Amino acid sequence: MNAIFEGIGASVRRKEDLRFISGRGHYTDDMNRTGQLHCILKRSDRPHAIIRSIDTSAAKAAPGVVAVFTHADLDADGVGGVPCGWQIHSKDGSPMVEPAHPVLATGRVRHVGDPIVAVIAETRQQAKDAAELLVIDFEDLPAVAHIADAIAPGAPLVHDAAPGNTCFDWHIGDKAMVDAAFERAAHRVKLDLTNNRLVPNAMEPRCAIGDYDPMSGDFTLITTSQNPHVIRLLMGAFVLHIPEHRLRVVAPDVGGGFGSKIYHYAEEAIVTWAAGKLHRPVKWTSDRTEAFMSDAHGRDHASTAEMALDAEGNFLALRVSTVANLGAYLSTFAPAVPTYLSATLLAGVYRTPAIYAEVRAIFTNTVPIDAYRGAGRPESTFLLERLLDTIAHDTGIDRIELRRRNFIPADAFPYQTPVALQYDSGDYQSTLNAALKAADWDGFPARKAEANSRGKLRGIGVSTYVEACGIAPSKLVGALGARAALYEVAQIRVHPTGSVSVFTGTHSHGQGHETTFAQLVASQLGIPYENVDIVHGDTNKIPFGMGTYGSRSLAVGGSAMVKAMDKIILKGRKIAAHLLEAAVEDVVFENGQFTVAGTDRSKSFGEIALTAYVPHNYPIEELEPGLEETAFYDPANFTFPGGCHICEVEIDPETGVTTVVNFTAVDDVGRVINPMIVEGQIQGGVAQGIGQALLENAVYDQQGQLVSASFMDYTMPRADDLPNISVGTETTLCTHNPLGVKGCGEVGAIGSPPSVINAVVDALSDYGVRHLDMPATAHKIWSIINASGMKMAAE
Amino acid sequence: MYDFTYEKPTAIAAATATLAADMEAKALAGGQTFIPVLKQRLNKPTVVVDLSKLGLTGITVTPSTVTIGAMTTHATVANSAEVQKAIPALAHLASMIGDRQVRARGTIGGSLANNDPSACYPSAVLALGATITTDRRTIAADDYFQGMFTTALEQGEIITSVTFPVPEKAAYQKFRNPASRYAMVGVFVAKFAAGVRVAITGAAQGGVFRHAAFEAALSANFSPDAIAGIATPADDLNSDIHASAEYRAHLIGVMSKRAVAAA
Ligand SMILES: Cc1cc2nc3c(=O)[nH]c(=O)nc-3n(C[C@H](O)[C@H](O)[C@H](O)COP(=O)(O)OP(=O)(O)OC[C@H]3O[C@@H](n4cnc5c(N)ncnc54)[C@H](O)[C@@H]3O)c2cc1C
Repeated sequence: MNAIFEGIGASVRRKEDLRFISGRGHYTDDMNRTGQLHCILKRSDRPHAIIRSIDTSAAKAAPGVVAVFTHADLDADGVGGVPCGWQIHSKDGSPMVEPAHPVLATGRVRHVGDPIVAVIAETRQQAKDAAELLVIDFEDLPAVAHIADAIAPGAPLVHDAAPGNTCFDWHIGDKAMVDAAFERAAHRVKLDLTNNRLVPNAMEPRCAIGDYDPMSGDFTLITTSQNPHVIRLLMGAFVLHIPEHRLRVVAPDVGGGFGSKIYHYAEEAIVTWAAGKLHRPVKWTSDRTEAFMSDAHGRDHASTAEMALDAEGNFLALRVSTVANLGAYLSTFAPAVPTYLSATLLAGVYRTPAIYAEVRAIFTNTVPIDAYRGAGRPESTFLLERLLDTIAHDTGIDRIELRRRNFIPADAFPYQTPVALQYDSGDYQSTLNAALKAADWDGFPARKAEANSRGKLRGIGVSTYVEACGIAPSKLVGALGARAALYEVAQIRVHPTGSVSVFTGTHSHGQGHETTFAQLVASQLGIPYENVDIVHGDTNKIPFGMGTYGSRSLAVGGSAMVKAMDKIILKGRKIAAHLLEAAVEDVVFENGQFTVAGTDRSKSFGEIALTAYVPHNYPIEELEPGLEETAFYDPANFTFPGGCHICEVEIDPETGVTTVVNFTAVDDVGRVINPMIVEGQIQGGVAQGIGQALLENAVYDQQGQLVSASFMDYTMPRADDLPNISVGTETTLCTHNPLGVKGCGEVGAIGSPPSVINAVVDALSDYGVRHLDMPATAHKIWSIINASGMKMAAE
Repeated sequence: MYDFTYEKPTAIAAATATLAADMEAKALAGGQTFIPVLKQRLNKPTVVVDLSKLGLTGITVTPSTVTIGAMTTHATVANSAEVQKAIPALAHLASMIGDRQVRARGTIGGSLANNDPSACYPSAVLALGATITTDRRTIAADDYFQGMFTTALEQGEIITSVTFPVPEKAAYQKFRNPASRYAMVGVFVAKFAAGVRVAITGAAQGGVFRHAAFEAALSANFSPDAIAGIATPADDLNSDIHASAEYRAHLIGVMSKRAVAAA
């Protein structure tokens, strides 16, 4: 096989898929340790209640039961609460309200699914049997689940320490400038909209195994995590007080995360702590029902957006006010999502000169909400791109023309937005042009007429977006409230015969890192792709790392690999210079060969590796033997992928059913290492975006019960809900990382939802529809059509 | 699941004896409804009697009837050339149930014994005026369905087969619940020399029901237009997060017209 062909830009088949699709992956629940016990959590079935008493006696006496733990046992051991990793300050400078988030409910339960008691038995069935014998005396309290109810005057309080249920009341931008622009505007367009609450539903439910070795004092946690080092840090330092060298966290094969497996969850602490108490391994596996009420949910924002425009349709100022539901407790990154990951994107791809956004984050008696694929950027993109079409609707300016007129021009980069970010590169006209062409935008009227002749409504919608990922510069995020850094780490170990192990602090849970990273390293070092192995997901093997989320793995983790490889190559040149009796400056490295420039004298990568480990003829006085390097890479900026999504729908006016008939995505994700994997990532993201736009909705009733608590009621998108998704890329390179890469993991889920709703609104234009909230279900659309029919009949 | 004893008898008498002797004994067919219920610990049987070795599978077609053994899977009915020829609507209905895995295990007997208000088969049985044969008697479709999850079956009674009269024309139209893919509204229309029968599933609180107004109109004139002006009252229909009663009432009209057009 040709090493160069296998390098950057080739659609290499994914290495990992053989084991995944043949059932030979190693997921956490596949693993069983000798003497392992099973933990079942008794969870609250009440949205909000005082726990008057817990009687564990019958459960403790049940067959096979080894231990039954409540918060009292944790308290006695000094176990801390689940920490939050990001601190936001309110407008007035006060820190956010950060209520205790106990590992097991203490005094009160605050959402359906809140864990109360851990029952640990020899078998899972015995633990379940025993959990049924627990007697818990509750005193129900009034609950709030929906944003409107939680902010209503006199609403029941989720936490006594948070008056008005407010966690923080934050803002960004120049209010005076925005107010002034609104004063002199020719047009003002206002839109109220919500971003629906979602349940992530990774294919593999969460699972955790705790283990303890009383001889060494070492704890091990095997867990379904996107970031084992972050879990080690949070759980070790804040919850269980175990120093790093005594705590190993392993995240083996993980079946999807989409954000929901970033966070440190109570169950991880429970099994690790219990293993230490009982001196036996303890396993907890979530079932799907449990996942619905314990995995962090996503989105759930209610916003008002207002744009001021001049007479020509140029944007003058944007004003946004958002209430973000954070659920009952603060999940790890929850406060960052509606603020620094969302409001900072409100410039979008437009040169709006003044922006002011305020975000009030609130507590409700619902499952905690945190980052979910796109994390904040889908919310701001939906808001902005719906507002764009509403402006077009209200002012009569063509929606494509409106976008073109306000785009940040390609020659304006780097571009400083009024909401903190500086975009490094992009070309929004070119992604728009490519998408319009690929989607045959001009042919739409003919397709619409044909659909009408079949009695169908047809609509087309566009969304042009930019997002910020590749997170993140540590100093910047530190200033914005992050309690951790966001660099990445790579260690490259060249073995004596020239094969390479790469240790990365990122974590692959479906993204294909084992393939993409191997392509990257093989091409840079000029060695066969098969000679590179990617190792991730174990704090005892990997020096350090922050994990995978925010489309950061290649941009940050890959850049760390490049830096480590640079060190390897520099050392290799020194060794080669010695062997070839040349000056280091004269030795160049190309295609796996160290060559004295302008000569045919060279040494292969393998020869240099062997020399490094068998240093018989070696500059031993100046150079250590061995060939292994580590690099920490802290990015200079976020990366800014962007693009254009075009959706075309048909609606059956008799039933309200929407069918997505065409979907076109043209994205700028920077340099593409593996086009097949990029296409797959974008298609998967679009599938989730279409899911959010048309199907998915986490529904709580007024009392705080989760109504859509299983796949019987929560509409996951299925293959036949989706069209063929056409994916194209138009590339501008990232200017500040060595690979020029931007990230492709979330763009699909960020760009697509507004294109779908814009298409639905377009299809319903004859019915006087100006806006429609997600999900645009058949029932919702039929109700609109039905109401307008009744109106027309009455006229 | 809770612990239980598992039996796989080879004679109907043995199965019914176990089921009759113990109020907590339960029959197991394809397990597509029953096993999830067990896994969620919503049922605690003492004995589970597997019906798969009782010889209750198979399809027999005569010029005027189609008889399907209770343990015949949805996939078998959907793929049967004989059913496709005699009552294509029945094969089509079976092909619309659940997904491939569910159709490979789920059975007609299990579906009818369970009588889920959103299940598909009850509409075919009622609209075609089928006869349900059990280990001890035959039951006419009109007497069989008695409200959601409730049937004329007695404790320990086992369905052995179902016999469908062959209609002149028939069709099934299903509006799927977007999440569960069960019927949110399912309409089975069947035209016989003696008249038209229309059964609606998925929509009503009480489960499958016959639509008298549609039947009368279609018996006089079997065309979609005949029922276009007839509104279905929403009073006894289900309302949930997926569809209001009014929407279901509307869909009954739409799906019925489509069924008539497709028949
Ligand atoms: C994901 C999924 C999707 C589905 N979608 C649909 C759908 O779209 N439409 C639809 O109609 N159904 C649907 N079903 C249900 C499916 O059709 C089941 O097969 C059916 O409800 C039960 O049949 P079973 O053979 O699996 O019975 P089981 O689950 O084994 O038994 C069900 C009940 O019937 C009793 N029983 C079974 N056989 C007999 C018998 N011969 N005599 C007396 N009692 C008996 C059992 O004791 C039990 O109480 C779906 C199921 C699943 C899991």
